[in-house]
Amino acid sequence: MNLFDLFMLLPFLILSAAAVLLMLIVAFRRSHIISAAIAGSGLAVSLMAVVAVSHSIPRQVTPLFLVDGFALYYMGLIFAAGLAVAVLAHGYFQEYAEPEEEFYVLLLLGCLGAAVLACSSHFASFFLGLEILSISLYALVAYKRLTRDGVEAGLKYLVLTATADAFLLFGMALVFAQTGIMNFTALREIGTEAPQILLLAGAGLIFVGIGFKLGVVPFHMWVADVYQGAPAPVTAFLATVSKGAVFALLFRYFAQADIQDGSAAFWMFSAVSVASMFTGNILALLQKNVKRILAYSSIAHLGYLLIAFLAAKESAFLAIGFYLTAYFVTTLGAFGVVSVLSTSENEAGEIEQYQGLVWRRPLVAAFFTAMLLSLAGIPLTAGFLGKFYVMAAGVGSALWLLVTVLVINSVIGLFYYLRIVAAMYVQPVTRTLDFDVPKPLHAGSGIVFAVLAAALIWLGTYPGPLIKLLQATFPVF
Amino acid sequence: MILVLLILIPFLGGIVTWILAGRDVRWSRWISLAALVIDLIGAIYLAFIAWSSSGMWLADIQLEWMPQLGISFHLAVDGLSLVLVFLTLFLGIISVACSWTEIQENVGFFHFLLMTVLSGILGVFLAFDLILFYFFWELMLVPMYFLIGIWGHENRIYAAIKFFIFTQAGGLLMLFAMLGLYFVNGGSTGTYTFDYFRLLENPVTGPISFWLMLGFFAAFAVKLPAVPFHTWLPDAHTEAPTAGSVILAGLLLKTGGYGLLRFILPLFPEAAASFAPVAMTMGLVGILYGAILAFAQTDLKRLVAYTSVSHLGFVLLGVFACNQWALQGAVVQMVAHGLSTGALFVLVGALQERIHSRDMSHMGGLWTSVPRMGGAVLFFALASLGLPGLGNFVGEFLILVGVYQANPLYTIPAVFGLVFAAVYSLWLVQKAFFGQSNERWQLPDLSLRETAMAASMIVGLVWLGLHPQPLLNVTRPAVEAIQASEEASRDASQQVPFEIKSANVPTVLESGNR
Repeated sequence: MNLFDLFMLLPFLILSAAAVLLMLIVAFRRSHIISAAIAGSGLAVSLMAVVAVSHSIPRQVTPLFLVDGFALYYMGLIFAAGLAVAVLAHGYFQEYAEPEEEFYVLLLLGCLGAAVLACSSHFASFFLGLEILSISLYALVAYKRLTRDGVEAGLKYLVLTATADAFLLFGMALVFAQTGIMNFTALREIGTEAPQILLLAGAGLIFVGIGFKLGVVPFHMWVADVYQGAPAPVTAFLATVSKGAVFALLFRYFAQADIQDGSAAFWMFSAVSVASMFTGNILALLQKNVKRILAYSSIAHLGYLLIAFLAAKESAFLAIGFYLTAYFVTTLGAFGVVSVLSTSENEAGEIEQYQGLVWRRPLVAAFFTAMLLSLAGIPLTAGFLGKFYVMAAGVGSALWLLVTVLVINSVIGLFYYLRIVAAMYVQPVTRTLDFDVPKPLHAGSGIVFAVLAAALIWLGTYPGPLIKLLQATFPVF
Repeated sequence: MILVLLILIPFLGGIVTWILAGRDVRWSRWISLAALVIDLIGAIYLAFIAWSSSGMWLADIQLEWMPQLGISFHLAVDGLSLVLVFLTLFLGIISVACSWTEIQENVGFFHFLLMTVLSGILGVFLAFDLILFYFFWELMLVPMYFLIGIWGHENRIYAAIKFFIFTQAGGLLMLFAMLGLYFVNGGSTGTYTFDYFRLLENPVTGPISFWLMLGFFAAFAVKLPAVPFHTWLPDAHTEAPTAGSVILAGLLLKTGGYGLLRFILPLFPEAAASFAPVAMTMGLVGILYGAILAFAQTDLKRLVAYTSVSHLGFVLLGVFACNQWALQGAVVQMVAHGLSTGALFVLVGALQERIHSRDMSHMGGLWTSVPRMGGAVLFFALASLGLPGLGNFVGEFLILVGVYQANPLYTIPAVFGLVFAAVYSLWLVQKAFFGQSNERWQLPDLSLRETAMAASMIVGLVWLGLHPQPLLNVTRPAVEAIQASEEASRDASQQVPFEIKSANVPTVLESGNR
């Protein structure tokens, strides 16, 4: 390892330095705005470092990290999302009675873990990244430690994730026992030989661990409760950064295995995808809480993504990249709205709280409408083109059954998205409820919304530049 | 460029009205009107081109959009599109005028949505790239959902969501089929494209074409609506505000008919021919079932809504009979139905504004109080029952003649549709305007604005009925091209499949490059 290798890890170094610096400053002087600013600028500088590093890719830095365009793209996405979450959290925690500064330390660490996942090429870095991410998430989910919901969600997440990690470690151990290799690239060369039972079992157990993190059926039980109980900005973080990083890793780890049509792995992924789509959408229909609706809809969205995952390699890569980008924008926007409408004492979850929103806060309601339409996949929004790419990848690889299921599920999905939209546009009957008096929109959140809305429309109408960028970051295997 | 402006002007006008509505709501009404009139002038310019040249394509613009996927921003206009553009702008003006007093809340937002729907509809009629078409197809859906959901009547949310889900389900199947077409076509030619003209060069054949055709048909059958897929229509039409009903009945349904003409027949000639018996039966069922249900209604708006099912059944029948007569008839029928049903919705809306009810059992004897309105309703009811001399008669007559040539068996039940139409139309007039009056009505008759709207539509219908030749001339090249592709595939099915591909291409290509 030389100095240049260190340079390649610049985003990690900056992020770690920012986390340490923030911790030290908090020890001396507690200030919400300074903490948020340090976290925000740490993430912004890391984002710039990603651009700086991008001139000398691809490069294998120690056996642990592979810094290539693919990794950098997802790192950029993670940092940008982290930045948005930091700003939203500043608005959300403004009236919080307890200390709020440690939140940003945890946020930085979470982003670090996610970024490590995005460029790991070795079981050790994979597990390390996952643990850094998970441990910061345990604390983040339970950050409102005095509320019952927060503690419940944190505990649930802790127990289930720890279980999943155990599965993951066992899977890695099996693979290692069989092959003596922990490096993804070396594993690919092994993979072409006749499948050995331990290897297959190992891969299956690893998928169980990853499946928990992604919240796909049948590992989805924690999703709704944790989404509901966690503070809204953390939910946004959990839904985007955590899932996005793990999916990037899944793609890097399994796409090299070249899943054959008709193989056992193919059927396993198909079954998980179909089950996620149906379960997520049908359970979302039954919910009355906006956060739970979005939680179940995220299960369905992961199901859609798995279709792209099964398609041919290049189209799969494009579809996943585009879909995840659109999903990041849309999900951040949707949970951002929940976060803006919530106070740290009162989560804006129940659908009644959104009734007639458009007549009280027209801009926020219009923004939320755009995000929901994007989740539903209506044209002119990023979500439509994401779905379009997934469908195109599916049809191009002749996955007729999966695409048909996607079409059916998109229609089911409309019901609950439109229910929220319809609630927002209902004429107000009484104006006596306490959440009728809106707190003024947090300026930072307003800027985040403007950026997200612009991104939503831009991706939905003129995706050419993004596609070019994605094509340039096709991963090195 | 004029095509881009044609779509953009209503949308920009909508934004301006929304902004200015904060100052004075009267602005939003006048600006919407002005934007549509400017657009109409543009359309008249296109009509002038149509009149002075003999080519099939009047204007064409193609810009790069998503080149990696073979998607371009491709707009074009031929006679068929032009006629429907005129209908759109005319009914657009009518729908602004008929909301003049009805809409009093959030006027700016209402007009913004209204103008956006109109932009979407214009886009549908002008788009010649499949994905662009799908964009506009959905663009008209979302604002319509809000129009029904916010300004509608009692059961509006239910109706709006039902409308959205039905059309979206059809639309997604169409998108699925578009992707299938893209890959099948790309696989056989080597160039992957969504461009309509390029896809037209190589019609898909074989069993896969049937499935792809069904995907497109699902979307258009829901919009049209063909009978098993029509259940969204009575709810949406009844609950929508008057302007919404006019646009739904007059324009959105036409996008379904347009799609059948523009996409199903030329892109899948073989599959369409083999599917024709099923589609024509659906059309027949629609004609009779719609008419019978219309007769059973007590809600005035619902009655008019069901007559649409019946009238659009004729369009489905005519399109799949697929000869010159029937296709021309289908176009005339679409225009005439847009005018006559649009007018009926305007008048029913005006009546509802006065008596706050749509229930026919509460009406009766209205004629003495509002003779001008009664006269107008009587006129449009007669038009809709197919009185000779008015537009609907020409359309239905041409369709029936065309269908008779294709297969006389379908004509016989279709004629009964005309008889039923007479029953429900006269029933409507009798129940609402004649007969015993339960109350002593003291109502204002049609105002100047309402009279002008009714009069302009009367003029349109009489003109269509007495002198339909200009309309037929304008749409003839388009209709002939559609029919030619269908015949080519019929001839080719006996010959070597190799020659199909060149048979109908040259005409389209030459004119497409204008």
